[in-house]
Amino acid sequence: MADLSRNRLRELIDEKPSNVPELSILEAIRGALFDEMARDERVMILGMDVGRLGGVFRVTRGLMEAYGPDRVVDTPLAEASIVGASLGLAIGGMVPVAEIQFLGFTHQAFHQIGPQLARYRFRSRGRYHAQVTIRAPFGGGVRTPEFHPDAIEAQFTQSPGVKIVCPAFPDDAKGLLLEAIRDPDPVLYLEPQRLYRSIRGPVPPGDQTVPFGSSRLVREGKDVLLVAWSAAVHLCLAAADELAKDGIAAAVLDLRTLVPLDVAGLIAAVEKSGKVVVVHEAPLTGGFGAEVVATIQEEAFGSLDAPIRRVASRDTPYPPGSLEDHFLPTVRRIVSATRATVEF
Amino acid sequence: MIELLGVDGSIRGPVPMTSEQVVDALRLMLLSRAVDDRLIKLQRMGRVGVYGPVHGQEAAVIGSAMALDPGRDWIVPASREHPAMLRHGLPLKNMFATYMGNFDAAAVPDGVRLLPRQQSIGSQLPHAAGLAWALKLRGIGGVVAVYFGEGASSEGDFHEASNLAGVMRVPLVMLLINNHYAISTPVHRQTAAPQLAARAEGYGFPGFLVDGNDLFAVYSTTVEAVQRALSGGGPTLIECRTYRMGFHNTSDNPKEYRDQGELDDAEQRDPIERVRRFASREGIWSATQETAALDEIRSDIEVAQREVEELPRPGAAAIFEHVYETLSPRLQQQRAEALDDARPS
Repeated sequence: MADLSRNRLRELIDEKPSNVPELSILEAIRGALFDEMARDERVMILGMDVGRLGGVFRVTRGLMEAYGPDRVVDTPLAEASIVGASLGLAIGGMVPVAEIQFLGFTHQAFHQIGPQLARYRFRSRGRYHAQVTIRAPFGGGVRTPEFHPDAIEAQFTQSPGVKIVCPAFPDDAKGLLLEAIRDPDPVLYLEPQRLYRSIRGPVPPGDQTVPFGSSRLVREGKDVLLVAWSAAVHLCLAAADELAKDGIAAAVLDLRTLVPLDVAGLIAAVEKSGKVVVVHEAPLTGGFGAEVVATIQEEAFGSLDAPIRRVASRDTPYPPGSLEDHFLPTVRRIVSATRATVEF
Repeated sequence: MIELLGVDGSIRGPVPMTSEQVVDALRLMLLSRAVDDRLIKLQRMGRVGVYGPVHGQEAAVIGSAMALDPGRDWIVPASREHPAMLRHGLPLKNMFATYMGNFDAAAVPDGVRLLPRQQSIGSQLPHAAGLAWALKLRGIGGVVAVYFGEGASSEGDFHEASNLAGVMRVPLVMLLINNHYAISTPVHRQTAAPQLAARAEGYGFPGFLVDGNDLFAVYSTTVEAVQRALSGGGPTLIECRTYRMGFHNTSDNPKEYRDQGELDDAEQRDPIERVRRFASREGIWSATQETAALDEIRSDIEVAQREVEELPRPGAAAIFEHVYETLSPRLQQQRAEALDDARPS
């Protein structure tokens, strides 16, 4: 990840608008929050340490000074009530953007997300809806303590009613966040903590949103397709660089949103090479990769030329940071799995 | 414990309600019990899934609801507060639809400040705190009254919501309906404390223990809590100590876990009988009035039930409505398949 230089990243991104500022993912998120709070006075931020401190990663730094303590609110340390109160705030006419300090701590709010927030439109038969965004950083690679890196995004895909968004680039971080805040339905917006400051990229100024359910082909390649989301997209890009040295042209598809899933975009990308590797940071079993693979075989069985391989974290509890390299998917494992797929 | 209305219908101090309010409350109480009877009957006939009666808790539910202004205040219910929901504007037809399996017809109509019933114990408490917070932020006045049982007081959501409501000083009235049982679990298995109202102190706001079978005690305590909330004084916890005279719901048999003696005692403290005695003594209620009220209630129930029965049954399409504002292509495909499957072969 860290080996991706600015220029390398720019080369990897198809669209290169000229004269646009280069921002980190963190700055892109902060900028989107700043702009959206200016545009819509109903938008408020709540969570632990988001106000005076600006969040443990400083994503919301400066927002309380700009918009006041009524709109950027330090809450008690209690995840379920942050989410549950956000639902009530939304019913009462606010547009809450809640921060859960780390996705691993949504376990303490799980009953408020799946059964409550996600279903409120349904169970009220449309009388109420929850225009709520939950931001949460996640993912490994930065030696965080226990629970902080857990990639549990797949658990939420079994909660119909919520959308799940996983940006991997600064421009998507902005465009998807604007879309999330404006979406009338609840959105879980997952931030790749290892990428917050480690990559920069062009971010178009202004009001450009990125629609949900649209994947992004971040690298073309005729031999094989690597499918990923969030930080794993960058592992795939690094693996594709390695593979290119051996003359293997790997395409990389960033799903960007898991719910809704861009089935058409996925299948179109699969059909180009007929060979696929799916990569994610969550443990293998029951990971969202299984859903991707199942979808591909249902929709594009005829165009497959090799079994689809998955490169994921091991089915163990998340180990201490000093051991996470043995747990997480690595460029080396992706290269190896991809080579085997191509040579099948 | 705050008590104003004796079991014999005598009153301590001034009457907190007008005669009209007392009569309205009595009618609502009678309606509540008639709805219980009808829905239990329909359940026994296989026309209602499960039903949890209000029986015994009418004073707690109605006394508190009558302290609210439906044009200003919100109710966030648990599941056993039908008369409060009806008084707040939910049509009787929608209430019957809830139990007769027509969830579209059961929806809270626009303009009625009421959230849907909550089946996940205690989960509504943070919603209520958030809604009250929104009222405060927007400066539009009004309070939120949230109902929950003593069982819910053991849930983490109770603690988190109370704590947040206290810190944010939101206009919230927390109505803890202590009916002594969460299905079969008695209150002494929920808490080792002699009362739950005292917990409020730990959250930095006042708590009151009231006789939940005493319409006037519940009403006047809630009126004060509403005033406190409206004037920026923040939340209040009110423990209404009542007794669930019926079963948890129609699938439950309380004889398996509680003594008949307990129920006999509770019947001596019946919340409706108390108000009836008071109102008769005051000369604002008579047997003739009661007969007329019951006739009217019976007729209202007949109409509501018939209207629900005459509605078309929701079909396969209904499960795809209100999932998201717009359906993803994947859900559109599933919807088409479900409609196809539902077609008669």
